Amino acid sequence: MVGKTLYDKLWDAHVVRTEEDGTTLLYIDRHLVHEVTSPQAFEGLRMAGRPLWRASANLATADHNVPTTDRSKGIADPVSRLQVETLDQNCNEFGITEFDMHDPRQGIVHVIGPEQGATLPGMTLVCGDSHTSTHGALGALAFGIGTSEVEHALATQCLIQKKSKSMLVSVDGQAGNGITAKDIVLAIIGELGTAGGTGYAIEFGGDAIRALSIEGRMTVCNMAIEAGARAGIVAVDEKTINYVRGRPYAPKEDVWEKAVKVWNELHSDENVEFDHVVRINAADIKPQVTWGTSPEMVVAVDARVPDPAEERDTVKREGMQAALAYMDLQANTPVNEINVDKVFIGSCTNSRIEDMRAAAQVAKGRKVASNIKLAMVVPGSGLVKKQAEAEGLDKIFTDAGFEWREPGCSMCLAMNADRLEPGERCASTSNRNFEGRQGQGGRTHLVSPAMAAAAAVTGHFVDVRELEGGVANG
Amino acid sequence: MDKFTSLKGIVTPLDRSNVDTDAIIPKQFLKSIKRSGFGPNLFDDWRYMDTGEPGMDNSTRPLNPDFVLNQDRFKGASILLARKNFGCGSSREHAPWALQDYGFRVIIAPSFADIFFNNCFKNGVLPIVLDASVVDQLFNEVDASPGYQLDVDLDAQTITTPGGNVISFEVDAFRKHCLLNGLDDISLTLQHVDDIKAYEQRRRQDTPWLF
Repeated sequence: MVGKTLYDKLWDAHVVRTEEDGTTLLYIDRHLVHEVTSPQAFEGLRMAGRPLWRASANLATADHNVPTTDRSKGIADPVSRLQVETLDQNCNEFGITEFDMHDPRQGIVHVIGPEQGATLPGMTLVCGDSHTSTHGALGALAFGIGTSEVEHALATQCLIQKKSKSMLVSVDGQAGNGITAKDIVLAIIGELGTAGGTGYAIEFGGDAIRALSIEGRMTVCNMAIEAGARAGIVAVDEKTINYVRGRPYAPKEDVWEKAVKVWNELHSDENVEFDHVVRINAADIKPQVTWGTSPEMVVAVDARVPDPAEERDTVKREGMQAALAYMDLQANTPVNEINVDKVFIGSCTNSRIEDMRAAAQVAKGRKVASNIKLAMVVPGSGLVKKQAEAEGLDKIFTDAGFEWREPGCSMCLAMNADRLEPGERCASTSNRNFEGRQGQGGRTHLVSPAMAAAAAVTGHFVDVRELEGGVANG
Repeated sequence: MDKFTSLKGIVTPLDRSNVDTDAIIPKQFLKSIKRSGFGPNLFDDWRYMDTGEPGMDNSTRPLNPDFVLNQDRFKGASILLARKNFGCGSSREHAPWALQDYGFRVIIAPSFADIFFNNCFKNGVLPIVLDASVVDQLFNEVDASPGYQLDVDLDAQTITTPGGNVISFEVDAFRKHCLLNGLDDISLTLQHVDDIKAYEQRRRQDTPWLF
């Protein structure tokens, strides 16, 4: 018998029917909903007089528009407020569970899914958000969809799909001390390019991926979309099972053993052939910093800003020149001489408790540099915030001069009040350095939480492993 | 969904790779709870000299004269000619909504990002993939001839240039069928309610923790 990839297994288990040309009706186990991409979908249901297919498959939260400052007075911006209130009303009308802005479990949709056990191995999971790939870290087939598909999922619990090609990205060997999941995934994107994964579902494997915690794997899968792949997945192992155990939406005792048995099969069969395989040597990966306006424009912190003159491809060269102009950088500038104005630690990529701890270790006993106008830490959920506070991390941050905020998407995309002003340069733990992403005219450099904290306390990019005085352990 | 059968229209060239959906429609306009009205804010950061906010009177805002959409020769265009990996980034369907609301019904590029590509078909917008060399040639022709128009025929899967050159393109048969007939995916799927219910029943037995 021909072996199957993990992607094959997840796909096959969810096929409702397939047409001759391969067009497939795929069943969706979990649908996560947020305020930005859902109002038109609910409106579509109402206009067509269609009911919701299965309320219990849905879980909603408000994350993009919510303020990260005091929420007791609600949302100041009336347009944002209306969108959040519309979600509340829609969830109420259709009977969908929602963690609203004042719920202690509210947070970024891609943080709360796994945190609640609403994301489980073997599931198909969708959300009207491209970073839905995050949930693949648990061995789920998870991908982002547009609003028409949100409506389709609400109305039918299915989507019309065609199967993607399969790619294995194997990160072999052991990553060096101080190298994080973020550095690994940025290095992968640097290798694949921003469209290298287009048309593929990427399975991340290899020793360096296996060595990552589940939260680290989420960081990696989160950015699969930045390499063009709608879905990123990691095989289930002991860590996955241990992560899921005991979470509110996880299987209860009576079916737990049965579930684990099914989940333990969620890995690619040995010697199965992928459509494409990329191998990366983990030991070669250094802390990464993006220099341009696409996540593929990334180098190691000890490198220099690339020189377009050395690029032979015309379209690429012009892209580099445009990026340098936008970023106000000169070719060949050492990355560690680039000063930053603001620091953002948060987003669905890096706002979980381990991210908070990694940043706090760097911030501990240090002060935010005088040239930094704002350094903010935005936990991914109310529960992450609570846990961090129980560990005293908030105190470490505020003592160092960081602001400690309420959970949400915040300055990753600046839909709320948190944003860069034109020309400001930011060390950000988010996922996109596109023009204007963090505010019109803002300049984003993507880094890991530890690297962002190091930039905050020194005022410029620096290899966190070489920070004077070292980094506190635990 | 609006049908798409054929179209002859002016071509606007957007000579940049990796145009992301944040650039197509910036985040502040995503706060709308409607599906329409995004056209005036299409490519907002590149198109205007000031910072756009929802609710502004766009007709009085200062335009960036260097941006193609503001050049007279491309007024009334319905075909956008773009570079590789068009529509990358966020899954926001507001991107095809904005393109369509502006008047674009066809986008031609050497490659598209997956989610954007898919979203176009749900909104009566036809994304066409052509070889990079053919796209290059079209950029040259558009540049050389003001008023340049292309004739796109979905049924025949052809693009005809003003010089009479006929370029064939591929399109998924199911998506083509839906576009030609303006079909709504949800009603198609709801023809298979029994299959969905049978699937659910089976899965309730095998994987009860998912229900």
